Amino acid sequence: MDFEDTPEEVEFRAEVRDFLDANAERKAPGASFAIPYGGDGLVTAAKEWQAKKAAAGFSGITQPKEYGGRGGTVIEQVIYNQEESDYVTPIGIYEIGLGMCIPTMLAYATEEQKQRFAPPAFRGEEIWCQLFSEPQAGSDLANLRLRSERDGDDWILNGQKIWTSGAHFSDFGVIVTRSDPEQAKHKGLTYFFIDMKSPGIECRRIHQISGTSNFNEVFFTDVRVPDSQRLGAVGDGWRVSLTTLMNERLAIGERPPPGYEEAMALAKQIELENGPAIEDGGVRDKIADWYVNARGVTLARYRSMTALSRGQDPGPENSIGKALTGKMRQDIAAFGMDLMDQSGVISDPELATMRGMFQDALLAGPGGRIAGGSDEILRNIIAERVLGLPPDIRVDKGIPFNELAKKERG
Amino acid sequence: MNFDFSEEQNLLREQARRFLAENAEGKARGIIEGDALFDRDLWRGMADLGWMGTVIPEEYGGIGLSHEDLCVIAEEIGRSIAPTPFSSSVYLATEALLLAASDEQKEDFLPRIASGDTIGCFAHNEGTRKPEPGSIATIYTDGKLTGEKKPVADGDVADFAVVLAKTPDGEPVLTLALLDNVASETLETIDPSRSHARLRFDGTPAALIGNIGNGWTLSERLLDRAAILFAFEQLGGAHRCLDMAVDYAKERYAFGRPIGSFQAIKHKLADVFIATELARSHAYYGAWTLTTDAPDLPVAAAAARVAASRAYYLAASENIQTHGGMGFTWELDCHLYYRRAKLLNLALGGERRWKHKLVSRLENRNVAA
Ligand SMILES: Cc1cc2nc3c(=O)[nH]c(=O)nc-3n(C[C@H](O)[C@H](O)[C@H](O)COP(=O)(O)OP(=O)(O)OC[C@H]3O[C@@H](n4cnc5c(N)ncnc54)[C@H](O)[C@@H]3O)c2cc1C
Repeated sequence: MDFEDTPEEVEFRAEVRDFLDANAERKAPGASFAIPYGGDGLVTAAKEWQAKKAAAGFSGITQPKEYGGRGGTVIEQVIYNQEESDYVTPIGIYEIGLGMCIPTMLAYATEEQKQRFAPPAFRGEEIWCQLFSEPQAGSDLANLRLRSERDGDDWILNGQKIWTSGAHFSDFGVIVTRSDPEQAKHKGLTYFFIDMKSPGIECRRIHQISGTSNFNEVFFTDVRVPDSQRLGAVGDGWRVSLTTLMNERLAIGERPPPGYEEAMALAKQIELENGPAIEDGGVRDKIADWYVNARGVTLARYRSMTALSRGQDPGPENSIGKALTGKMRQDIAAFGMDLMDQSGVISDPELATMRGMFQDALLAGPGGRIAGGSDEILRNIIAERVLGLPPDIRVDKGIPFNELAKKERG
Repeated sequence: MNFDFSEEQNLLREQARRFLAENAEGKARGIIEGDALFDRDLWRGMADLGWMGTVIPEEYGGIGLSHEDLCVIAEEIGRSIAPTPFSSSVYLATEALLLAASDEQKEDFLPRIASGDTIGCFAHNEGTRKPEPGSIATIYTDGKLTGEKKPVADGDVADFAVVLAKTPDGEPVLTLALLDNVASETLETIDPSRSHARLRFDGTPAALIGNIGNGWTLSERLLDRAAILFAFEQLGGAHRCLDMAVDYAKERYAFGRPIGSFQAIKHKLADVFIATELARSHAYYGAWTLTTDAPDLPVAAAAARVAASRAYYLAASENIQTHGGMGFTWELDCHLYYRRAKLLNLALGGERRWKHKLVSRLENRNVAA
């Protein structure tokens, strides 16, 4: 084992720090304040930031140079993420596009398409979104209905997507559609990439419990998509979707606050019956648990990075992170507010303790336990794919999709 | 960064696992049901493989491998719940000597420990007391110890003890005493496969390890180092419980289907898996800090200890739950792991105490940063 950087890594880390020092503000020690997720000014800020990152060679670190990446190593990506997490930078705009959509493009698109689409995406000029979920298809994604029908050299898309993060400011998107309803559920799906400005696409923003509107309903009325924008074979969309979903983000240090550090900072400020909250056994117990979880997830990721860098399968460590941290953030938010007593209700950033970070997280937190695989689905995955426990009893197996859909409508 | 064990270490693991599968199977039950305090044949076998001397330098009769190698062995011992005084003699007594003993003391004891002929233990507890130097009641004066230590893991099988005491002026000291003429009494505990005793020192000759006054600091450092090694034992045990539960959940049918297809069981076992993966990640990092004596060792040790304690107790208790009525029987091994899980959670001080240490160290780290 070796946690020390190699000489090349030392050099890379120094290069990253120089870049960050010159271009971003370092987080104040003990209290990190993120730019709130979802605000509209964020897109402009994120575009500017992404352009700088790309110019300095820190966008798409692990992706090939010929498509606008750095052609670097997984460890360099880890180092970059570690360092950037110490600075206040706009996050939450490019993760889906660069982490999931572009890797799928690089796996399935033609050479010409890769040359055309990957570099502007890495420079942040074109933003991508992921059009998977539908009203009847979330956890059970393969239950999707949005129809694609062949028409000469084109396909015509009709139907609805929902919960599409960033659709309203995205330029392109990847989409999985039903091309043959007579096949069983996971068959008869076909995958495309689309121009979000195509005629017939209508985006309606959805008001979230956090008060922001970051995700959307997207309606498709006779949207024409050239067959050349199909990724993978006709009827093979499920497999292509799995490529998208398996491109786990190498997102270390992107855990939105508050975490255990902020909980500690808060506990130092608050006075309880027997003195400062940080001295209270119950408070210490929770902080210790949160530290062990957060740090454990980071260390587990390092283990997968090591496996990856040796060309091995990284294994399930990434799902354990997602399975823990959503709930943890929500718990930290609720607990922090409890320490504030009734004043905890105040969310006005000018008045609330620590600029309302805990109140924000209380309202934004539940989303983290649902998006990108709910807590329950992740536990099913761990149980079935890692531990090898028998699958759930499936009542939809082998039945043609159109018959299933009839049943569900009741 | 390279965050995994090496090829050689994985070979060592395989060898250890094979040896223990052949020689430790059923041995913990044998100790609980019989009169012996530990399994001497197993102990001999471990000595023949050189395990007790893993980190003891060659000049003192050991093999001079690294702590990472010892961690590999510890995990396998934990998996097999081997009933031997390995943790007392190797993670505690040996570490204490390596930390602070004089060359003469090392020459005298380490070769005998490495060969397995001499067994050491660490006597620090004195019942339920405030965890601070002021509460030490055992007195060290004029080269003699007086006082009572309990519970002392392996106090009844060890040849010598490293004893935490204080001078009449209240200065904490770490001392070394032969136990030949010390009254020891085996205590009734939740897990008799790991013997615990009460030791009564009554003017017992003892030698200083380290200096007068630094006994508490040394003892805390010793506990930190041992915590990482114990974490590997705990991890091994936790993983074994998870394996047992998963195997049973695949075979046992209820309502016409394997119980492992019910989500209540699946999600429970997924949570156990998550806890063991966290524990494994912390333990690995701990192993690295131990091997390199990294400045982050105290934080890493406390975190590894908490993660391992949580994982083992969860895995052991949910393993019984997954086995239903069968899990509550004496015949199945579930309870042996349940006992061992709680025993190891309390060894070196309980989970609460380590959480308290962890947060204190995080506070100091933030101030220092
Ligand atoms: C903030 C946010 C951003 C999102 N962004 C995008 C995006 O950009 N693109 C996109 O395509 N989608 C996006 N989604 C959608 C997300 O993928 C779905 O919400 C998610 O997959 C859950 O689907 P659902 O909402 O239909 O809930 P359902 O699938 O109806 O689930 C409801 C509840 O039932 C549980 N459940 C369902 N099936 C099982 C099962 N087999 N076992 C146990 N429990 C089960 C779930 O865990 C959940 O608690 C986003 C969601 C959120 C909250």
